[in-house]
Amino acid sequence: MSHALQDPRPVKPRSSAPSSLTRGGLPRWAPAAIAALSALLGAGIGAVAGLESRMQWGLIAALLFVGITYTASSVVENRRQAKDRVATSLVWVCFLLAVVPLLSLLGVTIARGIKVLDGYFLSHSMAGVAGFAPGGGVYHALLGTIEQVLLATAIAAPIGLLTAVYLVEYGRGRLAKAVTFFVDVMTGIPSIVAGLFILTTWTLMLEQGPSGFAGSLALSILMMPVVVRSTEEMLKLVPNELREASLALGVPKWRTILKVVLPTAIGGISTGVMLAVARIAGETAPIMLLVFGNPLINDNPFEGAQSSLPLYIWEQYKVGSEDSFDRAWAAALVLIAFVMILNLVARGIARWKAPKTGR
Amino acid sequence: MASTTPTQMDTAPPVVSGARSTGRAGDKIFSGLSKGSGILLLTIMASIAVFLTYRATLALSENEGNFLTTFDWNATGNPPVFGIAVLLYGTVVSSIIAMVIAVPIAVGIALFISHYAPRKLAGPLAYVVDLLAAVPSIVYGIWGALFLVPYLGGLTSWLNQYLSFTYIFDKTQVGVDRSLFTVGILLAIMILPIVTSVSREVFLQVPRMNEEAALALGATRWEVIRMSVLPFGRSGVISASMLGLGRALGETMAVATVLSPSFLISGHLLDPGGGTFAQNIAAKFDEANEFGRDALIASGLVLFLLTLLVNGAARMIIARRKEYSGANA
Repeated sequence: MSHALQDPRPVKPRSSAPSSLTRGGLPRWAPAAIAALSALLGAGIGAVAGLESRMQWGLIAALLFVGITYTASSVVENRRQAKDRVATSLVWVCFLLAVVPLLSLLGVTIARGIKVLDGYFLSHSMAGVAGFAPGGGVYHALLGTIEQVLLATAIAAPIGLLTAVYLVEYGRGRLAKAVTFFVDVMTGIPSIVAGLFILTTWTLMLEQGPSGFAGSLALSILMMPVVVRSTEEMLKLVPNELREASLALGVPKWRTILKVVLPTAIGGISTGVMLAVARIAGETAPIMLLVFGNPLINDNPFEGAQSSLPLYIWEQYKVGSEDSFDRAWAAALVLIAFVMILNLVARGIARWKAPKTGR
Repeated sequence: MASTTPTQMDTAPPVVSGARSTGRAGDKIFSGLSKGSGILLLTIMASIAVFLTYRATLALSENEGNFLTTFDWNATGNPPVFGIAVLLYGTVVSSIIAMVIAVPIAVGIALFISHYAPRKLAGPLAYVVDLLAAVPSIVYGIWGALFLVPYLGGLTSWLNQYLSFTYIFDKTQVGVDRSLFTVGILLAIMILPIVTSVSREVFLQVPRMNEEAALALGATRWEVIRMSVLPFGRSGVISASMLGLGRALGETMAVATVLSPSFLISGHLLDPGGGTFAQNIAAKFDEANEFGRDALIASGLVLFLLTLLVNGAARMIIARRKEYSGANA
């Protein structure tokens, strides 16, 4: 996959008269030593100047590191090497910058969510619990999320799958090109716009009340393009020889697709569907417009307002008391766990049922 | 770039093109079904545009203010007065802040994964960045509102102290940092994964020959990147940024939790206030009557067209890129 380039490191001078090709370079331990030195200096300066934030200490150390590296390298080596080293450290800094928010988010959610997360929280609804009071649970929201997501998958997965089959196996000409392009564009539809669309058709035109099913319709719009994209990639990986062999035996094309092509790619397809499910499970905006929220347990997604995990988090956040914040964090932890488990299972399936190309 | 000729198109798809339908009923039904779902997708896209436009016209015909220039959103009032000026400004400004922060960092991460990280670590590291994309936006929202906002106090007062002469970093109101600037930072974190993964794919496609040629001429690693990787990947990075921009424009919950909305346009980015399309819909929906909903749908239509434009442009650039690199492969 990736290919790390080897640094062309100048060889140490052997003769007494070094040429431009064989001038000395910084020793291998130099970056580590400079890092240690600048960390020390950064901490020292920070402590002496009385800066409270550890972030500032880190920033000073990082700046010192870049500065010292540049000077040392341009003295011992040359300007080009110095620039290279600075670029290397900048790329490292970029990567660390991305990891910091992820770790912070996970850390904060776990630390604050674990406070009220227990069996009671998972098995009770918010019935009779005032927003600012402690107690209550997330059962109704969890139930709602699972039902809505299953319904959305039941709608979006077959349509997405068939569209991908069309694009790979049948699609020719203008229609296929248009479908490809608009599937791509559709991936970028904001979730709130999908919600508004179902609102105009389902709620305003057909005059249906809020229900979990209305939310599922909006979620399925968000899910379809993702399923099409991933299934398409997987179907393209199926070797043509398999199709040809099946067709040569006189099997009709539709049976070839159903019995040969789809089973070969089933691992990748289910991975794609599960990743799409993980994506829509966290959508709040369409649920807010269409499902409305309900503190009671409503296990019928076709009638009456329901709740869902993301919506529950939003409601608890809006209440604005310490107890409701605790519940919001705990629900966020449940939601993240739900999404991450889906992610891990999806990747597990992908590994377990990797495309059987060699047969 | 080079456009593909018809003959290339015919040989490219991995399909047995000679397989004619034998007229069996199963074949007809199945191909009809799959074609039908393709058409259904197109129909959904078209009907989104049609239905939103229809409801929007209902609202716009009653609007007493100017839809484009009014600094107010009072759609439930009598007479109704609403306009998208503030929302358009807030959406564009917060997205631009997000892009300015996210794109350089994302390019750095993509370079790190494709060219700097130890080979064995590259896969897991890419996975960690993808995990950022798996976190639901509402979780980013409460993290931003309850954790990031208090922590940014130091940074914003520092910016205000030393950079207030730039006008945009001049903080004129005392208060918590529920500003467009904070929203921009949060959006930057949220669009990092998509910009990173698309850029990474492009950087990995750079022909080895180009890199090795540069190395053979004695270039350092940075010079290889600057002379062969970045020029090759430029259009890919542009389209990746536009995909990220599309995400940032339509983000709802993270903005709704962090921003304290107001209907003012202010050049002072650190002051709380402003609004975005999606945030306004989320905030005003509960109290809206049917006419108020139509007004919100009108603003949603503008958002839809905006993201359609940005995403469409990004996909066009990527499609051109594909043909180009395919011809060189």
